[in-house]
Amino acid sequence: MKDTVAMLLAGGQGSRLYALTQNIAKPAVPYGGKYRIIDFPLSNCINSGIDTVGVLTQYQPLELNEYIGDGRPWDLDRLSGGVHILSPYQKQSGSDWYLGTANAIFQNISFIERYSPKNVLILSGDHIYKMDYSEMIAAHNKAGTACTIAVLEVPKEEASRFGIMNTYPDGTIYEFEEKPKEPKSNLASMGIYVFDWEKLRRYLTEDNANPASSKDFGHDVIPAMLANGEKMLSFRFDGYWKDVGTIDSLWEANMDMIDPNVPFDLWDLDWKIYSRNSALPPHYISAGATVQNSIICEGSEVYGNVDFSIISPGVTVSDRADVRDSILMPGCVIEAGASVQYSIIAEKAVIKAGAKVGERPENCENKGSWGVAVVAGGTVVGKGAEVKPKAMVYSDVKDGEVVW
Amino acid sequence: MVSRKTMALVFANMHDRSVPELTEIRSMASLPFGGRYRLIDFLLSSFVHAGITDVGVIVKSNYHSLMDHLGTGREWDLARKIEGLSTFPPFSSEDSNAGVYHGRMGALFGIINHIRGSNAKYVIMADCDHVANFDTERYVEEHIKSGADISMVCCKLPWAEDLGRNCVCVSSDETGRVTDLFINSRCDEGGAYSMNIFVLERSLLESIIENAHSHMYSNFERDVLLRNISRLNLHCIMHDGYVRRIYNNKSYFDASMSLLEPEARAALFPKGKAIYTKVRDNAPVKYGLNAEVTNSLLADGCIIDGKVENSVLFRGVTVEKGAVVKNCILMQDTHISSGAFCDCVITDKQVVVGENRELSGHISYPIYIKKFSKV
Repeated sequence: MKDTVAMLLAGGQGSRLYALTQNIAKPAVPYGGKYRIIDFPLSNCINSGIDTVGVLTQYQPLELNEYIGDGRPWDLDRLSGGVHILSPYQKQSGSDWYLGTANAIFQNISFIERYSPKNVLILSGDHIYKMDYSEMIAAHNKAGTACTIAVLEVPKEEASRFGIMNTYPDGTIYEFEEKPKEPKSNLASMGIYVFDWEKLRRYLTEDNANPASSKDFGHDVIPAMLANGEKMLSFRFDGYWKDVGTIDSLWEANMDMIDPNVPFDLWDLDWKIYSRNSALPPHYISAGATVQNSIICEGSEVYGNVDFSIISPGVTVSDRADVRDSILMPGCVIEAGASVQYSIIAEKAVIKAGAKVGERPENCENKGSWGVAVVAGGTVVGKGAEVKPKAMVYSDVKDGEVVW
Repeated sequence: MVSRKTMALVFANMHDRSVPELTEIRSMASLPFGGRYRLIDFLLSSFVHAGITDVGVIVKSNYHSLMDHLGTGREWDLARKIEGLSTFPPFSSEDSNAGVYHGRMGALFGIINHIRGSNAKYVIMADCDHVANFDTERYVEEHIKSGADISMVCCKLPWAEDLGRNCVCVSSDETGRVTDLFINSRCDEGGAYSMNIFVLERSLLESIIENAHSHMYSNFERDVLLRNISRLNLHCIMHDGYVRRIYNNKSYFDASMSLLEPEARAALFPKGKAIYTKVRDNAPVKYGLNAEVTNSLLADGCIIDGKVENSVLFRGVTVEKGAVVKNCILMQDTHISSGAFCDCVITDKQVVVGENRELSGHISYPIYIKKFSKV
């Protein structure tokens, strides 16, 4: 018996992260140096007192499964509950991939039933934020609603990019609009739902039987509940929250860590974000190196220049290398004299001596073609090669080659 | 992996008196080192890499910090259903007369039932006063190959006066057979210092413990090894490569500073032989607009907006804007306020150095600031 069971939707492909999600699921993408995106919902769960979490995986789950392991880093290795990886499985009646977010939960009804919870908390593995879910669950219980949806005020002009909740002054939701052209409110759904389990089970079963349904929470289940007159509440969240579904937003969310004007404090010991540790020694900054406005993780060695950048564990920045406004993911190597600007260099990629990756927007002749350059994990950018802004490097670049 | 089953015994408090200030509130085993480690981490990690999973840690006093650090042994993969990590605080019963024991032999007698209960063929015993990436597998294999009764792991060290207060110098012939031992004295050209790591058969250890108990012998080197030097076949195994011995504040300071050399880090933290330690889940280090850091080692959780030079910073250290830190070892959660100046200082955990304070030791005599102090 558990009060709340959390279900974390981690099966998304993250196709808009292109080279970064070639071989790993989006929730396993590194963020902020030592973290992976999934550390945020998992840490929020344990910090909110939720000790039973089902992680629904489907796309490239190997690295994610290994990363989560027995859940120990998040204190989620429990005698009862804990973290469980839920992949699609074969049943007597046949088998299916998860056909949508709602279908993924539907296929795991029996997992949830084992704990006979009062509520089910639905989370996704695409967002960077620190949130106390227990406050939201308390509001949900107090109001006795069928469903409570976390919402965030977004700038009016951006509202048409989100799922928008139209509410009465008391917070009750009367309408949900997916990416409306003319939004009536600026309260965006954060994709975080608390459902009364009895109610949700009924709606999931009905939704599954409906051949016209796309089996999605935002698209099908929430509208069906509203149409049936279920009481639904919005829960305002006013902290830092960032969707990291695109290269630009992932880059921005990383840079937010070093921006003193962004209220997102990972150094706060009262709400730690946990992650699997890499067992590396402290990082070393050599004589002659310069490091400013940056984040640097253990096991890295810096001999060159690092400014406005995120350096993950086990990274080498060699002598005379210049790294600016960039994200270097775990284990990558920047050789002597190489220049990396406005780029994301994925895990274990090597930028050979004198190579040049990315460019400052000011230096870019054609502003329209500017963007963050991305080098996929494990690839090698050869000596003196050049990777232009906004380029997406999937495979090795030869010495001296120029990639657009 | 060691070829024959081996158990390990670690003596946590054996050299506490070498660094009385640093061990006032802890054991030698839990002395913080290298930004995020405790001295015992180097031994435990080396045992695990050698496939030794039966590890007993013998503690005597001031062991709360060590117990907190070790927990169930999980961080070293030593939380096992079969064997794993065991800790042995002093045990007292009316007939055993053990209580707080004296010397290594007394400590061993206190845990004789643990030793008897093992089915290991060999035992490796070690103290926590050295920093190295110990090659435990080689020590055990070389001992087996040598056919010796007892092997002592030894290394070369530069002489320093305090070293002579607590050391054993080993003379051996060209085959490695130990010919003489000199307690608390300086080695000549061919000699080497014992690293206080011994390998022997478990059955031999049992009989040595029983014999020592009945003769009230307490000191292993003096009463067992030296007394029987002609009867026992003692073998010297040389540890080559990086090693530092902690025998006073200065040697602790120098060993810490040696980590600023790339060769030392490469030797101590080679790929594939990680040093495991308790995880603290700190965020990475944040460098501010005014950060100026050179030739320094920094563990996670630090927030740096001042100047840091030739220093080792443990987890969670803050150096505010305008503060200057040179040649320092700042332990966990030290806070250096703006405008402060520190040179050749070792701060223990959670020390606060107030605004514009100036603290200077000397490379030859670093000053030590006690845990929780506010300067």
